[in-house]
Amino acid sequence: MYKVKVTVTLRKTILDPQGKTVEHSLHSLGYTGISGTRIGKYIEFFIEADSEEKVKLTADEACKKLLSNPVMEDYTFIIEKV
Amino acid sequence: MSQAKVGIVVFPGSNCDHDAYFVFKDILNVDTKFLWHKEGNIEDRNIIILPGGFSYGDYLRCGAIASFSNILKDITSFAKKGGIVIGICNGFQVLCETGLLPGVLLRNDNLKFVCKTVSLKVENNKSIFTYKYGVKEDINIPVAHGEGNYYCEENVLQELIAKNQILFSYNDNPNGSIHNIAGIQNESRNILGMMPHPERASDIKLGNTDGLRLLQGVVESII
Repeated sequence: MYKVKVTVTLRKTILDPQGKTVEHSLHSLGYTGISGTRIGKYIEFFIEADSEEKVKLTADEACKKLLSNPVMEDYTFIIEKV
Repeated sequence: MSQAKVGIVVFPGSNCDHDAYFVFKDILNVDTKFLWHKEGNIEDRNIIILPGGFSYGDYLRCGAIASFSNILKDITSFAKKGGIVIGICNGFQVLCETGLLPGVLLRNDNLKFVCKTVSLKVENNKSIFTYKYGVKEDINIPVAHGEGNYYCEENVLQELIAKNQILFSYNDNPNGSIHNIAGIQNESRNILGMMPHPERASDIKLGNTDGLRLLQGVVESII
């Protein structure tokens, strides 16, 4: 059994008004060194498979088909054996 | 009487389906029926409406889950054969997620849900959707969305412009959409996606019928 942790964020070229608003708030709290704030989604699920390689293929396909929209989002994931 | 047979797709969370039904059935007197999303086909319908609302609660991304629903398979093959499909608001988002229209609808740039009547410009009146409007005519149609900020890559935008696919643009952009885009058609000119709601501006009792010419024009295009 493997656990997959997916992170989906808006592509770098797309303005993230939510991230920008949060960053302003962080600055007003005094965290002035913070920059490049982006807000995304975190999705996790389990996969039963024989190998990590197969998990990687399935997770990648799921991210491309449904979990992210490549027109506006990038995704990354990490796999853990559980 | 027009041979139009309108099918209005209903997803869990659709909330403009009855408005659209009312306009087609009671104002335009067209054969109209609802199509539940679990149905495998669109039956004998020759105009498909993907209505506004919040299909599947906008979970994951607006329109994403609906784009994988059962009936969308049949709608996709219908559309690829030239069948008329209109996506309004959430329906536009579904069409983009399905890939039947290019681009995507992002969160409004001001992060606010915008609900008001806006002024649109008819950019191209040589389509089955807009032929009843004048060239560059200004019309007033209501919008109600939180994610209506149309976005596409620069090369896609250039193509939309070059192929006259932009049908409506905002005179005063309420959501930050690229090139002020409010509604587009596909390259084959049989699919329309738009954020504003023509069905909400189709009954004289509501004081505005600027949207009726669009829906009427489509109905009359079916001979």
